[in-house]
Parts: sequence; C-alpha cells; structure tokens
Amino acid sequence: MRFRTKVFNIDCIHHFTNVVNTINKLLKKCTLRLTPDKLYFILPDQVSNGGVSMWCELKQANFFDEYQMDGVSSEHNEIYMEIIAENIVRALKSAHNAKSMKIKLTKKQTPCLTVEIELPSLNSSSRLVTHDIPVSVIPRRLWDEYQEPTMPEFHVSICMPPLKTLKNIAERMKNLSTYLTLSANQEGDMVMKVETELVTVATRFQNLELPPFKDDDIASQAPSKLWPPTEMASARVDIRKFLQFLAGQQINPFKVICNIVNQSAIHFFLIHDDISLQYFIPAASV
Amino acid sequence: MVLLTQNEEERYAFNANMNNARNLSHILKAIHFKDTATVFVTENGMKVTVEDAKCIQANAFIQAQVFQDYIIREDSITFCINLDILQECLSIFGSNPPSVTAMRMMYNGYGTPLVITLEEDGAVTGCSIKTQEPDQTLDFEFSAANVINKVIMKAECLKEAFNELDVTSEVLQITMSPDHPFFRLSTFGTLGQSHHDIPNTSDMVEFFECNQTQSNRYRLSLLKPSVKAVNLATKVCVRMDHRGFLSLQYMIKNENGQICFVEYYCCPDEELENNDNQF
Repeated sequence: MRFRTKVFNIDCIHHFTNVVNTINKLLKKCTLRLTPDKLYFILPDQVSNGGVSMWCELKQANFFDEYQMDGVSSEHNEIYMEIIAENIVRALKSAHNAKSMKIKLTKKQTPCLTVEIELPSLNSSSRLVTHDIPVSVIPRRLWDEYQEPTMPEFHVSICMPPLKTLKNIAERMKNLSTYLTLSANQEGDMVMKVETELVTVATRFQNLELPPFKDDDIASQAPSKLWPPTEMASARVDIRKFLQFLAGQQINPFKVICNIVNQSAIHFFLIHDDISLQYFIPAASV
Repeated sequence: MVLLTQNEEERYAFNANMNNARNLSHILKAIHFKDTATVFVTENGMKVTVEDAKCIQANAFIQAQVFQDYIIREDSITFCINLDILQECLSIFGSNPPSVTAMRMMYNGYGTPLVITLEEDGAVTGCSIKTQEPDQTLDFEFSAANVINKVIMKAECLKEAFNELDVTSEVLQITMSPDHPFFRLSTFGTLGQSHHDIPNTSDMVEFFECNQTQSNRYRLSLLKPSVKAVNLATKVCVRMDHRGFLSLQYMIKNENGQICFVEYYCCPDEELENNDNQF
C-alpha cells in the first residue's frame, strides 16, 4: 500500500482545509477512503452515531498537484483507514501560509498519515513542519460496511433556505426542545417546528427552489411522484444532530438539497463544484 | 401554524406590534433573573415584573408609544409567563444588529396562550406560549414622599463599581450621606473589605440630595442581577426611604432612541443591624 500527494497551490491548500474543517464539525472519527480518482470521508450508519451517517467525496485532481496511490491489491486498488478528523485539522493549521504540502502514508510505530509542510522562512532555506497522524488501516473484509448510501426514496425534495438563517433559528429552538420537526412540500414551503407542553414555535419559509430533477431520473412509482404536491412531508429529529450539520458548513455550497422521507429521515445533499457531501439524519423514535 | 387573518387579529383582547423586537427583548434582559415573569397590560403600556425571595423585585415599563400599533380591549390584563421562553421567541432569528425582526403580540384573555408572530427577511415564525395563573406581586410601598436620600448619576460610574463587586461578600452595604463619603458601596469578602466612593462633586453625578446619613446592607446575591440593568442603562437613580428600602431606577434607551425604565426594589437584610455610624 502506498499513498503520496503533493500540493503547491496555497488556494488548494485552503480549499482542502475548509473541507476538512467542515468534516471535523460533523463528526469526530471517520473513515478516509482513497481511490485513484477520489478521496472519501465516510461515517457509516451505526448505532453509536445515533443512526447519523455521512458521505463526502472529493475529486483529488482538484486539490492535489501530484497524487499517487497503490491500494491493498491491484484488484482492489483502494485504501481505507480510520482517522480522527481533528488531527488533520490541527496539522492543516500549520499549512496556512505554506509553500507546499505533502501527505503520505507512512509506517512509524503504527501506520500514520504524515503531513509535511514547507513554510517560507527569512533566509533562503525553508522550514519544514511534520505531523504524524496515527491511523488504523481497515482490512478488505470490512470494506462492505462503508458503501455509498443509496439515495433514499424521499417524498419531498427541496432546496434549503440560507443555512446561516436556519442555524440562528435552530440554536434558539434548541433551548426550547430536544426535538425539531422539519417539513416541506413540493410547492416550495418549508417549516421548522418545535413543540413542548409550554410552547410551540414554527418558522415558515416560502417560495423555496425545487431541485431540478429530470422526470426520467425518478421512477414513475417513486414515492415523490405519488405524494400530493401541497402535502407536507415531515420528520422529527434530534435538534443537536440538525445543528451539528448546520454549524459545520464552511464550504459555501452552490445548493443544499433537503430530501425528506416522511416520518423516517432527512437527507441533506450539498454540491460544490468539486465536492459532494451527503448527511443523513434518521427520525427520532417517539 | 399561527398566521391569522385580519379579522381574527381584530378579535384579540390585546394586540400590539413592534417594528423591532429588540425594543422589547433588550429591556427584558435587564430584569431576566428568574424564569417566571408577571405581565400587566393597560392602555398606557406593559409592565413586566420579576421577583425573588420576597426581597427583591424588578419591573420593566414599556410604554404604549414604544409599540407601532397598540390595542387593548379590556381595562387591564394580567398573566404569568415563562420569561426564558419569551426571550428565546423574541430572539428567534438571532437578534443581532443590523438584522431587524418585526413582531406582533396577541393575547385573548385568561387561560389562552400568548401568541407572537415574528418576521425577518421573508421568513415568518409563529409562537404560542402557555400563560399561567398570575401571582400576586409584592407591593414594596415605596413612595417618593418617604425618600430620605436620592442620587442620580450616569450609569457608567455605577457600571464599573457594580461589575467589580467582590462576590465573596454576602452583603452590599450602601451608604448615602450629606457628608463624606456621600455615596459609598462596601463589600466584606474573604479578601477583605472594599469601598467604592462616588463623591457628590463627581461630574458623573447629576443630582444629589441626601438629607440624612443612611447605611444599609442588602444581600449581594439578590442585587447582583441588577448589574444586567446597569450595563444597559444610560442613567441611574438611587433612592433610599425611611425604612432603608432601596429603589434603583434605570433609564434605558432603545434602538429608536426611546426611553424605557426599569426599577429594582430591594429590602435591607434583616439579620444585620442597621447602624447609622457604621461605614
């Protein structure tokens, strides 16, 4: 197994840093999957996460100037490793003004992702800062646990209002209740609501954009096709999980799509030109 | 959802709106030291009262003129409400300038919830907060006629003093006198005694009328919440009556430049003797 990358462009370094910072806000430990074309940050659906899962993929060519990898075998040319996101964030902090950065898989006392950062210095020679991030390589037989989630059979798909507005509101709502109900319909209406014995608070957004799905993308019997357009699909989720998703956004995505599976789950889908991120929150059991 | 038609809104016993919800939430911050408040509404305006330990009471007055529309169909309306929840609702969109949230408040009488609609940038939030049986609030029987000592000063000088009070002291002793030290705040903490003097000649003092030396002690833990009011105020009026009861009146300006008052009443600590000569 081998992995070496190099970046010379400071904008790419900052861009990669923003992605990793976002990942770090969403989860502590995650799985990094490396393939010849892409990097993936994965949090699989597990009881320990409360059912929350995340899938983020980046095209390596948009971030790295050099990228070489050899996977576990020629048949399975991929590497899966478990890593603590905060460790990468810390390493990348040193790269804020870097001349170049190298990331490679190394074997120290344990397998590590080594980040080598070349910093400018006052004399002609450069300063080198190295971070060794311990990782745990995931064996081939466990790779099935980390498959790409299938797009859920949602009832309503809608583009979110500005995440910053939602975050301000959700932060207040968090002080009123543990659970929040998110609802939307196919006419561009969305409602965020909390309800307790003492108070009900509901915020309504209207005229939201609908994602441009082509008719043939969706099967004729798909739940969304059968769902009455004015009817609200809703899911009640733990407000802290919703806030965690909102609080993490540093990527400034072009669009954030919210798919609601009535009474079942909320699926967020962000697209930026070279990154796609999916975040899945199951409905809380009543 | 709590969005009503024009006709439905007209039926409410109390229906008022404000262009900027902060004009209310800002004032309420000055009295927010317990989670329950009593709200009194008359044609002159709204008074919100918070009390603790039967020794301290804070009142915030928001005159009808601070609202844009103000309709009340009864002589007076009273209810109790959870102040934590009310403040969260008024700040639902985040409450930071320069953003402005428009607010409408409606109440339909005994047993009904307080309904609040807030709007910012096209998003509309409807809140329905359960009201509670109004509690009898204390009457401190504080009258201007019985005031012995009165000082009006710029809030800044009291801000500094209040924020630096030694919290290890159980009491705050306030001395007001026609002679030195004129106006003194004293604490008696684990690190020793501390005095903060404001002389009558200070340019922070706008009015000084002290007829008799009075020195009274008040429980610091009860007065500490009034720091919230001092931090928001432009001017403070400190008065002591013949029983040693304390009245602190705070003049607070809102974003429209309108003035609202907050008043704290506190009774002296009974356990300790009131000795006129003790500084």
